Amino acid sequence: MLDGSQKLRGIVNDPALSPAQKAHALAVQAENLLPYPALDAETRAALDARVICDMYEGAAPYRPRYVLADFSVVLRKGSCWLELPPPETLDEALNTLMIAYHHVPSITGMPVFIGTLDALLLPFCEGVSDEEIYRKIKLFWRYIDRVLPDAFLHANIGPTDNPVARAILRVDAELGQIAPNLTLLYDPEISTEALLARAVTNITECSKPHIANHPIHAATFDEAGYGIVSCYNALPMRGGASTLSRVNLREVAQRAQGVGDFLTTELPRYVELCARLMQARIDYLYDQSGFFESFLVEEGWIDRDRFTAMFGVFGMAEAVNLLQDKAGLAGRYGHDAGANALGLKITEALAEMVAARPMRNVWRGRAMLHAQAGLSTDADATPGIRIAYGTEPDPVTHVQALAPQHRYYASGVSEILTLDETVKANPEAVLQLAKGAFAAGFREFTANVASNDLVRVTGYMIRLSDVARHDAGEGARTNTTALGAEAARLTGILARKPRVVGLERDAGTR
Amino acid sequence: MLAHVSKVLHWSAVDGPGNRLVLFLQGCNFACAGCHNPHTIRLCNDCGDCVPACPHAALSLVGGRIAFDPALCDECDLCLRACLISASPMTRQMSVDDVLDLLRASRGFLTGITISGGEATMQAKFVEALFAAMAADADLAGLSRFIDSNGHLGPRGWQRLLPLTDGAMLDIKAFDPATHQRLTGMSNAKSLASARLLQEAGKLYELRYLMVPGFTDTEPEIEALAAFARELGPGLRLKLNAFQHHGVQGAARDWPKMPRQGVEAAAARLRAAGIDNVVIPSVWI
Repeated sequence: MLDGSQKLRGIVNDPALSPAQKAHALAVQAENLLPYPALDAETRAALDARVICDMYEGAAPYRPRYVLADFSVVLRKGSCWLELPPPETLDEALNTLMIAYHHVPSITGMPVFIGTLDALLLPFCEGVSDEEIYRKIKLFWRYIDRVLPDAFLHANIGPTDNPVARAILRVDAELGQIAPNLTLLYDPEISTEALLARAVTNITECSKPHIANHPIHAATFDEAGYGIVSCYNALPMRGGASTLSRVNLREVAQRAQGVGDFLTTELPRYVELCARLMQARIDYLYDQSGFFESFLVEEGWIDRDRFTAMFGVFGMAEAVNLLQDKAGLAGRYGHDAGANALGLKITEALAEMVAARPMRNVWRGRAMLHAQAGLSTDADATPGIRIAYGTEPDPVTHVQALAPQHRYYASGVSEILTLDETVKANPEAVLQLAKGAFAAGFREFTANVASNDLVRVTGYMIRLSDVARHDAGEGARTNTTALGAEAARLTGILARKPRVVGLERDAGTR
Repeated sequence: MLAHVSKVLHWSAVDGPGNRLVLFLQGCNFACAGCHNPHTIRLCNDCGDCVPACPHAALSLVGGRIAFDPALCDECDLCLRACLISASPMTRQMSVDDVLDLLRASRGFLTGITISGGEATMQAKFVEALFAAMAADADLAGLSRFIDSNGHLGPRGWQRLLPLTDGAMLDIKAFDPATHQRLTGMSNAKSLASARLLQEAGKLYELRYLMVPGFTDTEPEIEALAAFARELGPGLRLKLNAFQHHGVQGAARDWPKMPRQGVEAAAARLRAAGIDNVVIPSVWI
């Protein structure tokens, strides 16, 4: 194992990192020189054993993990702090956003949410032709990818069909960039069939956008709304998530005698420890970091009462299969009705426990359950509640196996369906699959078309050609490519079933 | 009434428009050397040759009949290799209600159903009963009903099926009668007549043509295909398929694969001959 200064030297001298990438990596190391927020011995032990995991967010939380600034504020009123007048034209609005993004932090050092762009920009599009909107969006899109090259960065569009959403879909397919990641908020009552069809055609060309089941999400949140950010996390608008910690269900199942012991003793124990871990991190952020003394709060971009805590779980597939083994049952998760029912039972138990655990300085006083999409270092646990890689059934059976669990994962559950490239000649099949998934209760629909260069690794997109280049030692312009390359090496994701990786930070050693 | 079913798919993007539940029926009246599903050609005769070939003990002989336990099967297909008559021990018998139940369970995910094979029309009575039941069911009437066929069915058979059928994919294996006989063991007269009949009825969704090097990629064959497509008239969707080795057994494995440029060249010629809607494979293996 490398000692601290060797690690720093390694970063400084790494020819594959740009100076900015080095500065970010050095900052992560510096933060981790500080003592960790105080934890009781039991929580500490569970964290050290990685039964619970803090996502390597760092030792001193000085900004929330995910910030969903309400950019309509700066577009409506301008900003005193940034000395910006309210924009009046589309050019001014885009320019204001480009400035605003640099002042909204997140765990990655770059914004993870750049707004529901059609709602933000439509007021500035009166009298602007579709062709002009397209040209301006194209420049804006290029700027985002080249200046904020992080695939966790996420734009939303919809649910209405409108010229800005159309321009964005056109540009996104044309440029095939990793950033921004894109989600269409789809509502069968509001969105047109044509908009959904256009989105689905884009999926067959570049595996984007991701499509969110808007009615389900809207009912989960309040009037101020929500946004889909990073790896398909659904979070309160004008707030976000202070932290995301997670329970490795596989590790918990290993410690249980059987299903009964798992549900009544081991799972409640680790849910409680994970809640303590999150509370310790949130307390530091709210009571010591000074984050909320910012102009972002003063000017109303964010509200300190609107940050949730994301209670993540992963390794459901392994947990269910282990518990099946302990009960002498052959049925596997994703393929057997009994195993799928056990998965649902675990999810229901988790939802109940999380809803019963009060949290301080958390939106609505409770954490939100999340099927966590994985880290690039997870070699032996399948992300979230997904079916294990390489064993997935056909996409229809796949969706049907998991749909009953979706309603419980209020802050998001990313399930990636891998579709073979024959769908390119028949996008209507994907359209039908998406509609079926939503009707079955899927919160979100994400598909990867097998031969696309652009694929979703965790929730973020990578280019396979970039990965190949990175492995050849040529470096990469984008931050997430290194994570994708690591995930590809450690987890075998490119073998067939793309998976989710969400590592933004220093994973250290286990 | 029961159907001999070889396989059911709940997800297919290559058997007609949208996502289709595909019912592969067992048994075919052609015996194509280049068939990519040769195990669907004949019905099992319970000889038992496949029983020792199964490494998972999923097959046994019970009272002189083959018994198959799908729970033990891991789809290794070694039993198919052991079969000397191009049949499969893994088929099942399904009633119309069995299929309706499958359709209801996946209803929201489906654009329609496609009956394929084997040869779908060899079990035309079942297809007719199934389609009629679907049309009479409020939940399922909205699903489109397609047939994938080699066309070896007479006009009386089609007249019973067509009122209940939204579209058919029809294969022409060759135009030269001797070549067709050699490739399939049968004459192509019925298939050509079926294509005309289906087009006349507005039910020919797609005409399919399998290009096999040395047999059906030749100058005269492509010429005949162009003439036939012109005769069928405008609006025809013509799909060119390329012979591959996947699934093929026996002597045809020694035939060369159909190269992409050969298919593209044929497509270009057909388009130049005025056939607008020529589709080539989206995936090259």
